[in-house]
Amino acid sequence: MASKEAYITGVGQSEVGVRLTRHPLLLTIDAVKEALDDAGLTLDQIDGVSTYPGKMAGVPGFSPVGSEELADALGIKSKWHMGGGELPAQLAAIGNAAMAVKQGVARHIICFRTVYEAAAQSRPDEYPPARGGELSGGMSYMMPYWAMSAANWVAQYANRHVYKYGMTREQLGQIAINAHRNAQLNPRARNISKKALTLDEYIEARMITSPLCLWDCDRFSDCSTVVIVSAGDALDEVKNTPIRIASMAGSTDSFSWDQPDWTAAYDAGPDLWKHTDYTVKDVNTVQFYDGFAFLPLTWFEGLGFCEKGSAHEFIDGGHRIALDGELPLNTFGGQLGAGRLHGFGFAHESVVQLRGQGGERQIKGDPKVAVATSGGGPMAAALLLARD
Amino acid sequence: MNPPRLRPKIDDWNRDYWTGGAEGKLKIQKCGDCGHFNHPPLQVCRKCQSEHVACEAVAGTGVIDTFTINHQQWFPGVEVPYVIARVRLDDAPNVIVTCNIPGCGVDEVAIGDKVSVTFDEQDGIWFPLFEKAS
Repeated sequence: MASKEAYITGVGQSEVGVRLTRHPLLLTIDAVKEALDDAGLTLDQIDGVSTYPGKMAGVPGFSPVGSEELADALGIKSKWHMGGGELPAQLAAIGNAAMAVKQGVARHIICFRTVYEAAAQSRPDEYPPARGGELSGGMSYMMPYWAMSAANWVAQYANRHVYKYGMTREQLGQIAINAHRNAQLNPRARNISKKALTLDEYIEARMITSPLCLWDCDRFSDCSTVVIVSAGDALDEVKNTPIRIASMAGSTDSFSWDQPDWTAAYDAGPDLWKHTDYTVKDVNTVQFYDGFAFLPLTWFEGLGFCEKGSAHEFIDGGHRIALDGELPLNTFGGQLGAGRLHGFGFAHESVVQLRGQGGERQIKGDPKVAVATSGGGPMAAALLLARD
Repeated sequence: MNPPRLRPKIDDWNRDYWTGGAEGKLKIQKCGDCGHFNHPPLQVCRKCQSEHVACEAVAGTGVIDTFTINHQQWFPGVEVPYVIARVRLDDAPNVIVTCNIPGCGVDEVAIGDKVSVTFDEQDGIWFPLFEKAS
């Protein structure tokens, strides 16, 4: 039944930096080449392209390369391409590719996420910011109150954990401390995290939007990450260990960031287990979206690793989520330690770990199952990845 | 003194929400058929898809669902720190209104506080805000 399955067969990544000058299309092609080499595929075997959120000019550097532009640059004879932001979060671009190969419309699909926000914001003449103007949509009910950033919107969910469940700064701080500790072992995080973070440094940091301090927010970076999704009946064409997309789930609860009671992780989480025999007990590592440090806590709870309202106790002290703990979290440094790769870094690292290619940061044992997630607020997507 | 608030684009469906303050009323869109409070306002009821939707006055009282004290100056000239809060309305409990909480220090706000609406009028838009109920 292999033909009914979808696999990740190759992963690649460009350099990760802040204010890079290399063109974002070239960064994307760097990542494509690495992923092709990793899979043992050549460009003429690629017949699909998928990205999130598609080319966007309005937000400088947020998504500077589109799927059509990349297919054109690489000379791909594409049978099915897609790129859009109207998805249940970033990893849904990989989920869409999985559905396409299962349906048989394509065999090997390049999925990519390219971010160039640090560079674009440093060169406004080249990447002009969108002009202000009247607000519309859900944002128009938040931005008049200077609730300008997703940091503000996520912070309010986090503050409920402080008030209702007693989350302390020492507990929340374990996410960033773990991220920076792991990032020191990731060569691609050198430009993002220079040294490990101590609890004292965390506690003394300036507050951005309570309870999130400076270390709880990822920073803009420039990078492209590529994941190749292949059909189960095309595995004889690849050389590296394929990683099966064993299950996936997405959720969107209202399209305004301020209307849902809880983030969408609480809906997507239980769904991930509906289409698989695996359970939380089988998971060897979790790679949870940490654009803001509180979001991994929503995934621990939403996926059922712990009860709702108890994730801060689950991560207390940081031992459980450490590289040598029982459930290593964000082993590459996450977005807090390895840059705002915007979702795709979590799928990339899951594959690296399940293949045992993590080098200094490789988790011990024989990991076979990982969960990668993306999103926050009203949108969420999760992938369950397995080495058979 | 803060710069002017960023302005929403006014249309036939959200106009009463943004101008209800002229009468001192918080107006929330409600479905004329099923009674569902529909926020943000839309051309159709999200629950029954009726087009008979119109804003009507609610009590303007609520409870702070959650909040954050924002310290980062995201926009030039805006004084920090300030509170951003989600207020759950007493008589439209599925509706959350994001707002600021003027009239008290940022350290005086807590989840569960009772609040009531007030308005900040700027050039024809009455921005709903909430103050702690006395």
